[in-house]
Amino acid sequence: MSWMAWTQTTAVFFGVIACMLIAMTVWELRCPSTERRGFLPIETSRGDRLFIGLLSSAYIHLMFLGLTELSLWIALAVSAVWLAIVLRWG
Amino acid sequence: MPMSKTKAFGITLYILFVLVPIYWLLNMSFKTNEEITGELSFWPKEFTLENYTVIFTDPSWYMGYFNSMTYVGMNVVITLLVALPAAYAFSRYKFLGDKQMFFWLLTNRMAPPAVFLLPFFQLYSSVGLFDTHIAVALAHCLFNVPLAVWILEGFMSGVPREIDETAYIDGYSFPRFFVRIFLPMIRSGIGVTAFFAFMFSWVELLLARTLTSVEAKPIAAIMTRTIGATGVDWGVLAAAGVLTILPGLLVIWFVRNHVAKGFALGRV
Amino acid sequence: MNKTENNKAWLLVLPVFLLVAFSAIIPLMTVVNYSVQDIFDQNSAYFVGAEWYKEVLQDPRLHDSLLRQFIFSGSVLLIEIPLGILVALMMPTRGAMASLSLILLAIPLLIPWNVVGTIWQIFGRADIGLFGWGLNSLGIDYNYASNPMDAWFTVLLMDVWHWTSLVALLCYSGLRAIPEAFYQAARIDRASKWAIFRFIQLPRLKNVLIIGVLLRFMDSFMIYTEPFVLTGGGPGNSTTFLSQTLTQMAIGQFDLGPAAAFSLIYFLIVLLVSWLFFTTITHLDKRK
Repeated sequence: MSWMAWTQTTAVFFGVIACMLIAMTVWELRCPSTERRGFLPIETSRGDRLFIGLLSSAYIHLMFLGLTELSLWIALAVSAVWLAIVLRWG
Repeated sequence: MPMSKTKAFGITLYILFVLVPIYWLLNMSFKTNEEITGELSFWPKEFTLENYTVIFTDPSWYMGYFNSMTYVGMNVVITLLVALPAAYAFSRYKFLGDKQMFFWLLTNRMAPPAVFLLPFFQLYSSVGLFDTHIAVALAHCLFNVPLAVWILEGFMSGVPREIDETAYIDGYSFPRFFVRIFLPMIRSGIGVTAFFAFMFSWVELLLARTLTSVEAKPIAAIMTRTIGATGVDWGVLAAAGVLTILPGLLVIWFVRNHVAKGFALGRV
Repeated sequence: MNKTENNKAWLLVLPVFLLVAFSAIIPLMTVVNYSVQDIFDQNSAYFVGAEWYKEVLQDPRLHDSLLRQFIFSGSVLLIEIPLGILVALMMPTRGAMASLSLILLAIPLLIPWNVVGTIWQIFGRADIGLFGWGLNSLGIDYNYASNPMDAWFTVLLMDVWHWTSLVALLCYSGLRAIPEAFYQAARIDRASKWAIFRFIQLPRLKNVLIIGVLLRFMDSFMIYTEPFVLTGGGPGNSTTFLSQTLTQMAIGQFDLGPAAAFSLIYFLIVLLVSWLFFTTITHLDKRK
């Protein structure tokens, strides 16, 4: 395992992603979602919206890094809000 | 529709474009190095098999072919074994996360091997598989398995569901139905999938070269040896190149009637 | 087709999942770990946060190779897709000639990628290659090893030679799937050849063309071996594409951190593009 060079930050990062996936699976098993149309141009299920949200969050972070000098915590906050919006109304 | 002359002319022209560079390689492989570097000639003036003799008498050369064949063969077998049931599941059932799973598989077909190069090296070293055939075979599964699932799913969706249901009513168990009835029905699909797995494993070099050093070194990596201190041994390089084309030709001959459909991944 | 809902189907997918997860998730996690650290050797690594990402995003070398990559992938698609359709339209439809041309066209696809590079390396040389010699004796000053434009031209020509067959074979199978009745109807209407192509053949090719564009985009976007053998990325950096820049960083200079950060950005681009393609395909399927 040592060659994988784990750090606390990345461990937390993957932990959070794993928890999200588990939570989504449990939620889906409890009450299955149907595909619906929100403000996104395509029909999406809950899982699709999570993926869209996470992928766009990654791009938000990259944009903050590449184009601004602002702290990444701001990017994280923006992403969290965006993820919630996509999950709820996307 | 009758074939027009322009069409025949056009396709001949394109096929010539495809074949001439290969002919040039073939041409060179039968020449001596003096002739290659000397005057440009359209066919070998002194026909020689010397270059091929070099390859077939030196174990460090022909073992390269053996190594490549071994890991390609392993890869095709593993790919088919795991991809067949999975493709069946995707074509017949809806299950939790099926779409996401399918997409995730495909992203692996699309991920550039360069991204994974270094961790792969360390991963396979740490589990003690570095420089073995199976390591390359497993690494190639990364892009071959998703492709195989994709192709097989297309072919399987073309088989009507009623067949499955009738078999179950007749008292077939799932494994027996799958092997006895279902697999023979998608024979051509399996052939095409094997062809693709063979093809992408055979042509790939970056991962194969990174994961091997001596014991399992593929032929494509050995070819770089011809560039020595005294310059390039063009004749042997060309001969080795020609020999790498032959297995592909052989395989495509077997699946020639299904290849067109296979290229469309069963989705026409 | 109606599919039954059955979560036990997971058991059938499990082997694939485990196999691919082993080769995909573990390395991916490792890359993420590397990307936030400054690594000297196994035992001394320092956490640097997003430092590498910042460096990579602002590195002009990477901007250049990204730009070159997009120009290359774009030109590949612009040339290979129309040419592939054209070749497919010209292919004989039945008989021995059809099989023969199918096999001959497929040959370049089955040649190991470094051999493809070798073939063109030899073919394009002015002293021993037919192509380079031919151009030079026609009075065109051509040398792919010293002139960037010539190098680009050769790499592009090589890719066209290598991969147009894939598009052609895809379209060929798409064309074979069009029922004869469509053509008969067109003949009764005295439709022009262009009209047949535009309103009968092209719409029917849509599905295979999406697959073709997808495969060609992805594979050209990760191209490494062929230009590496042919030009070694040169002259200068003129034919150094993304994968090669990455390999240079990771293995040549052993800059693990920046290389890992770069890998992830590369991966995110690929992920976005493939998701767009995948969504398009599934939505087209659904509409049918």
